[in-house]
Amino acid sequence: MTFKTEHEIHKRRLGRNIGVGLTLLAFVAVVFGLTVVKVQRGDPMQAYDHVIRPDLAAPVEAKP
Amino acid sequence: MTDTTTLTETREAGFGDYVQLLKPRVMSLVVFTALVGLLVAPVHVHPVVGFASILFIALGAGASGALNMWWDADIDAVMKRTRSRPVPAGRVEPGEALAIGLALSGIAVVMLGLAANLMAAGLLAFTIFFYAVVYSVWLKRSTPQNIVIGGAAGAFPPMIGWVCATGHVSVEAWLMFGLIFMWTPPHFWALALFMKEDYHKAGVPMLTVTHGRKSTRAHILAYTALLVPVSVWSALSGIGGPFTLAAVVVLNAIFLQGAWRIWQRDEAMAEGDGYRVEKRFFRYSLSYLFLHFGAFVVEAVLGTYGLGGW
Repeated sequence: MTFKTEHEIHKRRLGRNIGVGLTLLAFVAVVFGLTVVKVQRGDPMQAYDHVIRPDLAAPVEAKP
Repeated sequence: MTDTTTLTETREAGFGDYVQLLKPRVMSLVVFTALVGLLVAPVHVHPVVGFASILFIALGAGASGALNMWWDADIDAVMKRTRSRPVPAGRVEPGEALAIGLALSGIAVVMLGLAANLMAAGLLAFTIFFYAVVYSVWLKRSTPQNIVIGGAAGAFPPMIGWVCATGHVSVEAWLMFGLIFMWTPPHFWALALFMKEDYHKAGVPMLTVTHGRKSTRAHILAYTALLVPVSVWSALSGIGGPFTLAAVVVLNAIFLQGAWRIWQRDEAMAEGDGYRVEKRFFRYSLSYLFLHFGAFVVEAVLGTYGLGGW
């Protein structure tokens, strides 16, 4: 036997699931947008682990 | 009993109930003031970074609202104004509200740190802690000054917006903070004057309950008078200008006049006209804050054309 009755609670659960789904999609979109902007602008990132390494800076030319 | 009847007896929460848990009306005020803080800062913020920052500040505010609803469910159930909230109405389990509040707090703080800077994230974390623990758990039920000190939580968003842009707290950020901090007591005490039964029944030590209504009227006038110098100072600061100063003079004159009228009235007069003056003062207080912060934005826009600022 199949359960066919479409009850109000099913509509509410569907609405809740759609709401959560859209929220998660929006969150992914925001994180993606942020990532693109940060990478394009080269935000203060110090290598792969975000640690400042003086040896990565451009070498200062020695004065004669 | 069929499957259908079993389901009918369980009132499951819809998505809207979870949105209600985040206090969307409070969030809208947070979004507005934080956005103003971000826009009037003297540092350009990339629109995507700005949008994400405001979003996560709002999410943090919503999270603290959920934590507040979890803790205050017992008194919310008593007060007419709050008894239809999701937790006291039984649509959302208290534990669920706590979990949502904690999870969203963590997400909001971490994401704001990644989107803007660690200083802004730290301020947001402190704001959530201040509202959920210092105000809701500690002060609200223990002192009639709950509104005064708790008002600080609502005053942080423009400061966080400013810090998102500049990376540090400056005098302009403190002035925007001070503006909301001084504005909150008269705003809420006016509400307490005409919602008197609610707070009394819930046993919340509002000033109206502990010090009486005459004293509350005097407090409204005193705090409104103290708000004026903060407001004028903000208009004379780096975020103000001639336009802001003109707007501030008018806004404060009307606000002060309303507070004066409240102070002159007694309960018999207020009962007689259904708290008309108090209700009007409460509604105007919302316009006051909106227009005051709006004036900062107008000044900043004028500034880009060389017309605004000092």
